[in-house]
Amino acid sequence: MLRIPCPHCGTRDEVEFRYKGEASVRRPAADAEVAQFAAYVYERSNPKGWHLEWWFHSAGCRQMLQLWRHTVSHEIHSVGTAQERPSAPISERSA
Amino acid sequence: MSDTSPAPRRFRSSGRYSALRLLREALTGHRGWTPAWRKAEPRKQYQVVIVGGGGHGLATAYYLANHFGITDVAVLEKGPIGLGNVGRNTTIIRSTYYTPENIRFYDFSLKLWEGLEKELNFNAMVSQRGVVYTYHTDGQRDVMTGRANDMRLAGADCIELDRAALKTLIPPISLDNHRFPIMGAFMQPRGGTVRHDAVAWGYARGASEAGVDIIEHCEVTGLRQAGGRVTGVETTRGFIGAGTVCLAVAGHSSHLAAMAGIRLPIESHALQAFVSESIKPFLDVVLMFGAGHFYISQSDKGGMVFGGSTDAHNTYAQRGTQWIAQEVASEGVALLPELANLRILRQWGGIMDMTMDGTPIIGRLPLDGLVMNGGWCYGGFKAIPAGGYTTAHLIARGESHPLTTHMDVDRFAEGRTFDEPGIGPFPWMH
Repeated sequence: MLRIPCPHCGTRDEVEFRYKGEASVRRPAADAEVAQFAAYVYERSNPKGWHLEWWFHSAGCRQMLQLWRHTVSHEIHSVGTAQERPSAPISERSA
Repeated sequence: MSDTSPAPRRFRSSGRYSALRLLREALTGHRGWTPAWRKAEPRKQYQVVIVGGGGHGLATAYYLANHFGITDVAVLEKGPIGLGNVGRNTTIIRSTYYTPENIRFYDFSLKLWEGLEKELNFNAMVSQRGVVYTYHTDGQRDVMTGRANDMRLAGADCIELDRAALKTLIPPISLDNHRFPIMGAFMQPRGGTVRHDAVAWGYARGASEAGVDIIEHCEVTGLRQAGGRVTGVETTRGFIGAGTVCLAVAGHSSHLAAMAGIRLPIESHALQAFVSESIKPFLDVVLMFGAGHFYISQSDKGGMVFGGSTDAHNTYAQRGTQWIAQEVASEGVALLPELANLRILRQWGGIMDMTMDGTPIIGRLPLDGLVMNGGWCYGGFKAIPAGGYTTAHLIARGESHPLTTHMDVDRFAEGRTFDEPGIGPFPWMH
């Protein structure tokens, strides 16, 4: 069971949340090519390691949150609100 | 084939298995048994390198060598063979699918299961005890009726059971649980279970006897390419050249494809399974709960083997979360109340390669010479014979088998997705 530190409600059990997928995908501009839209809808990095992902606190503040979570250890590095991206683990910071 | 490669070591075949052989060995102190398959050392170059020594990888190697005439094949496995998802499932086989294309594919698999033991000369304990799935509402009955008709049109078998027939078939079932009373059920009599470890060993034995090198403890760490074409794999045991590289790595498909800079329409999720203590004969079919997501059968040792939904977040950890375990247990007790008296003996997790449309991927990736067999979602085990056969067809003939033309990876970009569960591109909801 994950324990997710919600910035609004404090640390709560995973059962209060709903997973909403990878948070690093970005909707392309309206005039982008079809291939870019297909990649946005379907393709995911699905890393074995650190993953930036959306969680919805459905049984709490009902806000969307962004988490850096490790997909092997399940360690949660940082949590941010929908508007504010949390700080990345050192290995994920681009130079 | 490279001239510098040493000749394959001589290997004493395990010989054909038969009742007569068993009797002879019993009378001579069982001294004649030899290992079922040869543990090979890697050579420098192969025509085909298959990454992943699980069910699909070994089956692909078997069919390549025995049905498509390509024996210059290596299967690379990072650990021992058969310890991934082929040994981490609930062993169910069936072809009760929704889209006609997938019904035909999975029924081809069921037909191969039916002849598997004769084909492999290996006892995989294929048991066609029947798969029963309940319905609880009028709408569900209508959808299932449509699916049953689609199955019959595709040449598969499916019958409807009313409540009385269901109670006769499965005495411990709770028809009148207060929340989700059961209205009836459908059954595929040809469905059932298979001993999963024997599937890996049987295909390994058949492939090895035909000359395939099965190389354990050989992890792929990179894909080498030149001129837009894959030329081989970097491994923990050195570089191995290949004309064709086939990825059959289930939950690690994205991880391997990323080595070639390819992003796949896949997320990896954990699916748990459970085994209870052994009890006397209690359930002689595979039973699936239509009001939730729960499936159960009884193993030959007497343990109840069951599972439910995925853990619903990306993970590569082969373990499960507690709240899903509770959910699975509560669904089981709603269906078969006497399960509440049982203790769980074992629980494990496997990493499912969940595609965005719930249909698997067998096809070429956008790098010449690189093909994949993956994206199996929940359906990987039952698909092993057909997945192996059609992947071998793709590698040997250079084009998709007619049953898998809809499983190419280009379907996502071209708007031809096969939305098997009918919920759209949300793999954690399947």
